Amino acid sequence: MDLSYTADEQRFRAEVRGFLQTNLPQDLRDKVLGGKHLGREDFVGWHRILHQRGWSTPNWPKDFGGPGWNAVEQHIFDEECADAGAPPLMPFGIRMVAPVLMAFGSRAQQDRFLPRIRSGEHWWCQGYSEPGSGSDLASLRMRAERRDDVYVCNGQKTWTTAAQHADWIFCLVRTDPTRRQQQGISFLLIDMKSPGVTVRPIVTLDGDAEVNEVWFEDVEVPVDNRVGEENQGWTYAKYLLGHERTGNAGVGMCKRWLKAVKRIAAEQRAGGRPLIEDARFRDRIAQVEIELMALEVTHMRVLAMELKKQAPGPEASILKVQGSEIQQTLTELMMHALGPQALPFQPAALDAGYTGALSGPEWAVPITGRYLNHRKASIYAGSNEIQRNIIAKHMLGL
Amino acid sequence: MNFDFSEEQNQLREALVRLLDRGYEFARRKQIVASDAGWSRDIWRQLAELGALAIRLPEAHGGAAGTAIDTLVVMEALGRRIVVEPYVPAIILGAGLVSRAGSDAQRTRLLPRVASGEQLLALAHDEADTRYELARIATRARPDGTGYVLDGQKTVVLGGGAADTLIVSARTAGEPGEPIGVSLFLVDTHAAGVRRHSYATHDDHRAADVTLTGVKVAGDALLGPAGGGLPLVEHAIEQGIAAVCAEALGVMAILVDLTASYVKTRKQFGVPIGQFQVLQHRLADMLMRVEQARSMTYLAATTVDSSDAALRRRITAAAKAMVGQAARFVGQQAIQLHGGIGVTDEAPVSHYFKRLTLIGMTFGDADHHLARYSDLMARGPTPAPRA
Ligand SMILES: Cc1cc2nc3c(=O)[nH]c(=O)nc-3n(C[C@H](O)[C@H](O)[C@H](O)COP(=O)(O)OP(=O)(O)OC[C@H]3O[C@@H](n4cnc5c(N)ncnc54)[C@H](O)[C@@H]3O)c2cc1C
Repeated sequence: MDLSYTADEQRFRAEVRGFLQTNLPQDLRDKVLGGKHLGREDFVGWHRILHQRGWSTPNWPKDFGGPGWNAVEQHIFDEECADAGAPPLMPFGIRMVAPVLMAFGSRAQQDRFLPRIRSGEHWWCQGYSEPGSGSDLASLRMRAERRDDVYVCNGQKTWTTAAQHADWIFCLVRTDPTRRQQQGISFLLIDMKSPGVTVRPIVTLDGDAEVNEVWFEDVEVPVDNRVGEENQGWTYAKYLLGHERTGNAGVGMCKRWLKAVKRIAAEQRAGGRPLIEDARFRDRIAQVEIELMALEVTHMRVLAMELKKQAPGPEASILKVQGSEIQQTLTELMMHALGPQALPFQPAALDAGYTGALSGPEWAVPITGRYLNHRKASIYAGSNEIQRNIIAKHMLGL
Repeated sequence: MNFDFSEEQNQLREALVRLLDRGYEFARRKQIVASDAGWSRDIWRQLAELGALAIRLPEAHGGAAGTAIDTLVVMEALGRRIVVEPYVPAIILGAGLVSRAGSDAQRTRLLPRVASGEQLLALAHDEADTRYELARIATRARPDGTGYVLDGQKTVVLGGGAADTLIVSARTAGEPGEPIGVSLFLVDTHAAGVRRHSYATHDDHRAADVTLTGVKVAGDALLGPAGGGLPLVEHAIEQGIAAVCAEALGVMAILVDLTASYVKTRKQFGVPIGQFQVLQHRLADMLMRVEQARSMTYLAATTVDSSDAALRRRITAAAKAMVGQAARFVGQQAIQLHGGIGVTDEAPVSHYFKRLTLIGMTFGDADHHLARYSDLMARGPTPAPRA
């Protein structure tokens, strides 16, 4: 065993860093590091830049046009991108639907969709959850009735992240209502421009609009857009969830936030001295730094195991729980570092180029909202209670 | 010992609950916070009519000469409806300071109008470097004839935008961090040289940054002894701590209620999610934290009017530490147990969570007060509360 980076891995890191230095536009970097709102163009623009270098799909094997990186390389790439202030890659295409298409899609579906995910032409969103089906996803009710060569879809999805930007949505739908739960579900790819699709925003507690309700009224979906077998969708859905959870560790982003906490604590003053000199506050930072250090290694271990087995196992749940809790701790520490300056709510100042009046320093503006918003991290992608159930059942046999 | 509220206190609570049940349902609150001012003069007038604004004021100035237990009753009721009107800054901090430190003339001029709801006060103390260390004040007051000239910058002044009169702390002597030399001044918000930038806070309350540039005040604007303002501010903040702890009790009680009823009705896997033992235990933990917080808040309320500054300091630190920790746990778990609904603007639970979070950050967070308590503990045994 050797946990140090090899010379090759260090060379790779230098290559990624060099690329980011020359290719990540400064204004985009400033937006990301300043916690400003990012629009569709910001995400897509960056995706295209990466695509030109062949790096827009860091988790893809070479066979499908990906870079074919191993676990360590993927980790290095993620860490360098986050550190440089690159916008996160939207996971719905590259990390969710793509692995399903590679494993279970038809050749025609692979040829049609994968290159467009890679290039950034298609923005995807995830249509799993429904109002009555969150943790108990298999109870979902959105109906798809087969009529000749189309499915006629009716129902509602909810909490759909970034649906307002999406070109396509992958949905779990019920194709056989007579069969119980997991059995009558199919996996459909639906064009968001289809007649009968309506998107309504849901405002989150920090005032943001990142999630939506998506309604389907007699939406016709070609049978060719079904992935795999009819009524076998649950198998594909679960495969995808594993990938989603692995991707949720967010180690790179956490490392950037950890740096931010330290910077804030060095700038803020308490009792006439930098806050970082307060041993109690510093201990809290030290504690989360140690947890993150461990998660970084756990993450690479799980990724490496996954690449060998070709599928994520229940270990992905460990990453989801630990990663989300570390994210929440970091957002909370940033807020506490601000002290009384955590109170002002200044959403207008989250737009790049804001020049109006401000209370406190501009960098402090996004911090409290981020804490409030990140309560979501222990809820989405399968709540942390559900992850613990999975660990208990599948890793401990309870 | 006696844990009962008086007949009058029970009546006050009932009257407040009736008023807020009628005039402060969640939808109405939404309209109020969306208005330009961000709070309702109408509600303020009704609170005045109930006597809630005057409850602590001296009888000679139209008050009921009540105690911190009366404040507790009011604040808990306000917390249950997450009321955004500036009761803590205007009444607890502002009017409290004038009652305790004001000259007869100052009290006569201000307090009857506070009681009737026409005069709003706020305490402009914090500055960019203050954090929670009250002595770290750099604003200066220079003698000028019989009066003073004030220069400095105050940040996140709660209720500062609504206030008619600010109580501004400024140095007549000493350097930032030194306990001696801070004086308090009554400053009209429309005086020349006062500039305010007003904004909302994350919990839909309002605050302001205040810039004072060569603000001239007369000699009778001095509130309390010259150079001896800091102990007054400290006592005011202790009263503030007792008040927001009581408010937190109201907020947390609602969060426990909302969450317990939610898990009884929300079904997943064919059963109400409240049947999952892990959620039952979580709610049991929430309830226990609230009860512990309630006990500390009662202790704070029965201590904070004491003339024993060491005792007040100790107990309010303990109360804010414990209530802050409870607020964090109860708020976070209320959201968690609601699932996705919990993080939406539409759900009341997220608004209660936000208020609770900001109470945690007001007048010192739990870590700050734990540290304060720990330092005081190291210096000597806990003083016993006296009757
Ligand atoms: C910001 C955000 C973005 C999201 N994005 C998407 C998206 O893009 N696409 C998508 O399909 N979905 C998305 N989701 C939905 C997310 O996956 C669900 O919110 C999640 O699965 C929980 O479901 P629920 O909200 O219905 O909560 P519920 O399932 O009702 O859970 C409520 C509470 O009960 C607990 N609970 C439930 N069952 C059990 C059990 N068996 N044992 C113990 N505890 C239990 C939960 O842990 C939770 O604390 C998003 C959610 C959020 C908040």
